Amino acid sequence: MRASAEGAGRVPVVHPIGAEGAFSWLWLIIALPLAGAVVLLVGGALARGALDRVGHWIGTGTVVGSFLVSLWLFISLLGRGEDERQIGQHLFTWFEVGELNVGMDLLYDPLSALFLLLITGVGSLIHVYSIGYMEHDVRRRRFFGYLNLFIAAMLVLVLGANYLVVFLGWEGVGLASYLLIGFWQHKHSAAAAAKKAFVINRVGDIGLSLAIALMFTTFGTTDFATISEQASGASQTTLNALGLLLLLGACGKSAQVPLQAWLLDAMEGPTPVSALIHAATMVTAGVYLVVRSNFIYELTPVAQTVVVIVATVTLLWGAILGCAKDDIKKALAGSTMSQIGYMMLAAGLGVAGYPFAIFHLLTHGFFKANMFLGAGSVMHGMNDDVDMRHYGGLRSFMPITFLTFAMGYLAIIGFPGFSGFFSKDKIIETALADNLVVGLCALLGAGITGFYMTRLMLMTFFGEKRWAKDVHPHESPSVMTVPLIVLAALSVLGGIMLLNDFIVDFLSPVTGVAEHHEPPLPAIVITMIVVGVVALGVAAAWFLVGRKEIARDAPQDVSFATRAARADLYGDAINDSLVVGPGRSMTTGLASFDRRGVDGVVEGGSAGVGAMSGVLRRVQNGFVRSYALSLLGGALLVVLALLAVNLA
Amino acid sequence: MNEFVKPVVDYFELLPLLIVSGVACLGVVIEAFAPRRMRYLAQVVLALAGLSVALVVVVLIARDAKVYADGAARGILSVGGTIAVDGPTLFLWGLILVLALAGVLLFAERHLGGGVSAFAGQAAALPGTEAEREASTSGLDHTEVYPLLMFAVFGMLLFPSANDLLTMFVGLEVLSLPLYLLCGLARRRRLLSQEAALKYFLLGAFSSGFFLYGVALVYGYAGSMNFAAINEAVRNDAGNSALLLIGIGLISVGLFFKVGAAPFHAWTPDVYQGAPTPVTAFMAAATKVAAFGAILRLFYVAFGSDRWSWQPMMWVIAILTMLVGAILAITQTDVKRLLAYSSVAHTGFILTGVLGIQATSDLAPGEVTALQAVLFYLATYGFATLGAFAVVGLVRDSGGEVTALDRWAGLGKESPVVAGVFAFFLLAMAGIPLTSGFVGKLAVFSVALAAGAWPVVAVAIIASIIAAFLYIRVIKAMYFDDPIGDGPTVVFPSVLTATTIALGAAVTLMLGVLPGPLLDLAGLAGQFLR
Repeated sequence: MRASAEGAGRVPVVHPIGAEGAFSWLWLIIALPLAGAVVLLVGGALARGALDRVGHWIGTGTVVGSFLVSLWLFISLLGRGEDERQIGQHLFTWFEVGELNVGMDLLYDPLSALFLLLITGVGSLIHVYSIGYMEHDVRRRRFFGYLNLFIAAMLVLVLGANYLVVFLGWEGVGLASYLLIGFWQHKHSAAAAAKKAFVINRVGDIGLSLAIALMFTTFGTTDFATISEQASGASQTTLNALGLLLLLGACGKSAQVPLQAWLLDAMEGPTPVSALIHAATMVTAGVYLVVRSNFIYELTPVAQTVVVIVATVTLLWGAILGCAKDDIKKALAGSTMSQIGYMMLAAGLGVAGYPFAIFHLLTHGFFKANMFLGAGSVMHGMNDDVDMRHYGGLRSFMPITFLTFAMGYLAIIGFPGFSGFFSKDKIIETALADNLVVGLCALLGAGITGFYMTRLMLMTFFGEKRWAKDVHPHESPSVMTVPLIVLAALSVLGGIMLLNDFIVDFLSPVTGVAEHHEPPLPAIVITMIVVGVVALGVAAAWFLVGRKEIARDAPQDVSFATRAARADLYGDAINDSLVVGPGRSMTTGLASFDRRGVDGVVEGGSAGVGAMSGVLRRVQNGFVRSYALSLLGGALLVVLALLAVNLA
Repeated sequence: MNEFVKPVVDYFELLPLLIVSGVACLGVVIEAFAPRRMRYLAQVVLALAGLSVALVVVVLIARDAKVYADGAARGILSVGGTIAVDGPTLFLWGLILVLALAGVLLFAERHLGGGVSAFAGQAAALPGTEAEREASTSGLDHTEVYPLLMFAVFGMLLFPSANDLLTMFVGLEVLSLPLYLLCGLARRRRLLSQEAALKYFLLGAFSSGFFLYGVALVYGYAGSMNFAAINEAVRNDAGNSALLLIGIGLISVGLFFKVGAAPFHAWTPDVYQGAPTPVTAFMAAATKVAAFGAILRLFYVAFGSDRWSWQPMMWVIAILTMLVGAILAITQTDVKRLLAYSSVAHTGFILTGVLGIQATSDLAPGEVTALQAVLFYLATYGFATLGAFAVVGLVRDSGGEVTALDRWAGLGKESPVVAGVFAFFLLAMAGIPLTSGFVGKLAVFSVALAAGAWPVVAVAIIASIIAAFLYIRVIKAMYFDDPIGDGPTVVFPSVLTATTIALGAAVTLMLGVLPGPLLDLAGLAGQFLR
């Protein structure tokens, strides 16, 4: 893609300065939700009654507090000069083994500042929403405990100043995600989905942990600061390996092909979880990892190319899934996968793409959380039915939900003026400037996005009522609609971050400054083409879905493409035949080897030793005379051994 | 002839020896003059006080000991160079005194036997006669065991500090003779006990003969009994080396007999089984410490410069001992015999550490020395063994202690605490991490490996695996087998035994979790003073 040499000079070195003033409170951002999680989960054993009544307020309060601190620090950061915007805080020495000295170090820079605002801001709204959504759940206290645990872990992930602290948060969000997907563990499908997510994420985690081990052997440390300084000194093979291993980690967390299969199943969790973890924050951790590791990726064009390929495949894959799903949450999950593909794509494009990856990540965080929560609101009114074929005509029954959802819809398809328009347009533009094929794929993805989102809107809010008999749709309580309104406003206005190239300049201390690439066409022409393609997608949806009668049951005589998309493009089947099947036969083989081979040796060995013991035992006959004889024999043995060795 | 020079006696440094032997003599006087009902209390208090004061004195000596060459060695040679009060001696003295204190507590236990001690009422009464019945119904008790114990402790203190062959022999005999007697004093199953004592005595005398003959041969080679002088002679290769080698061999026989190395171990199971359990506990723990102290000094100081000639022999003995101990333990059906064989196996492990000696110049700075590893292992082994035998004493039925393994089945369900503590000691002996045994084994194996004795270490690991099987078999019997109907009960002990068991368990756990301080202490002891 790009020659590494010229890229190397442009990536800034991580060089944090000490935390002073407001920034010395950085730890508080993590400590607040962590304390909430501890109180809710551990304290629940002590004061169950009281915590069951007020637990959700504690959980919400800590995250809101965290958001306020993040906001305060963000404003303080804006007041600083560009070269003073990387702040490090050393909390304590985590562990020290041999030459490996790992500190619990935090790094606050423009990149993590934006993430903090997203995580705690959207997180706060989702907490508020959950108060209403989980009102009748008997285990609400525990739910908020898990949510707080997730927020704390995610904050550790984006604030860590070395890869091991990041890994701590990485595993923490994995755990919280597992707990929350399986929150309704009485449902078999939820338990299975949680397990699936956990196992697939483990594959990615292997990549990240191997990358960390490789960093340690190469650089002797896992600190961002040292590695960013010394990365150019490592061999190309090492750098390629690092880039690919980090990408493997990112694929697991961010549900990129080939580790995408868990995300759709993860929708078994309560809807706020889908919004918080599987749309707005956790799944973007992979993008964060790639952008954070820019000092490595800029030196390894090979890994960058692979990132771009993975991202392009994923953005189309997710979009296709979104077209065929009747489950509203799964359709949204497919779209999430696809949108993360866009972010990955931007991240893979290097310096020019990093700011737009983060920009799209933020706007996506707003509009996708908005739509997930909206979907939750719809389900709330439809007795937890998720099948869009059972919806229809809901716009007049749930006006607020409909309007806010519509804002999210316009944002995601990239309707001019809405936030998604700016962020996606920038990515496609950059991709076109870099590689025509990739750019066209991104453009195609935008068209498909227009199609499936319109389909979703039409099936849910327009058309005939196709409700089940005893369903009486109603608007959700204000504790749920207020977060929707806030998020809708952010979905509309998120684009102002691009005003005056604010976000690009703001992130430049981390991502570097891109040299200007001339796109093949003028920017305005590209924008018009994108809008045109999206309009085509919307129109196609109107003709294929909006004008036809929708069956309450999904028709079975459909084309091959639809069937494949409904089956997640056979992702599970591929996993089954490539991994599960061979794994299972290997397990059977090992078990039978253990039974016959290992057990045989052990049991045969022990039988042999036992028999030897039985024979030797006869020497111990209780007669002093034979004991004395053995003593004499021993004396001979000792003396002969001495003489034989020395005089022979 | 050299002119006789009056040796300098450093009374302060020899104070532990003097206190212990003085207390022992005083005990004899009490036995002769004090009224019968007062003797028990007087003897117990006297013994405990004497051992405690001696322990304090050891600490004081250690604090003020003279240091040579930046801490490479410390202490003095006294009484004309026949007794070395140096770092290793002080470490071993402290260890022996603590074990002896715990031993006295076990000896003094009267709660378990229903108000009488574990010792025969009247040893002179023939088993099964009217006289014996009378002695036991009138509540007679042999309080002579305390002076005997103190004499044995005196011998144990002298043994590892002896810096000359004759003194070493005296120490050997002084520690052995009281033990022979103590072994024959069991209140229950007296015939078994007396048989054990007689066997121990006969074989002990036999092996002492070997030792003494070896001493004569080495004297013939070196012309001196003194370790430093022998070392000098060995270094200069003066005289007939066959004399030296046979001498080393015969002296080794006497010492290997004491520690119970194969093929000199045959007495161990019989004696451990027959002796009263408190005696077994004390003997198994403290004798081994003292005898290994003597082995270390003899081989490192006197024959240290000729270690290439004796190391192969010790390889053979160590391998044989570990295998015999571990393999024979498997088919045992009696808990005390099982522990006896396990102690044989441990002798092999300690020998593995002993043969790990290297020249100081070959050691990396901060590396654990063979001496340090062996001293540490002795401490871990001593406390685990003492505790395990003390627990054995708790499991009883109407006929006294129950040691048959099949009757221990299901003990874990009936007395989870006692079974748990016993299981913990067994795990420590097996060398499971977080117990002292793991660190001890790691230490001796690594020094042996560093000295190039990898075949021995390989066998040691195999032996450890075999031994682990048998320890876990006992744990399985206690926890997973169904209790038998008329199984033994666990008698709740008095504070005396409880203290001993708690001490053993606490030390075993502490050395497993935090081995640093004691390893440092063993390292601080430095080398032997030559």
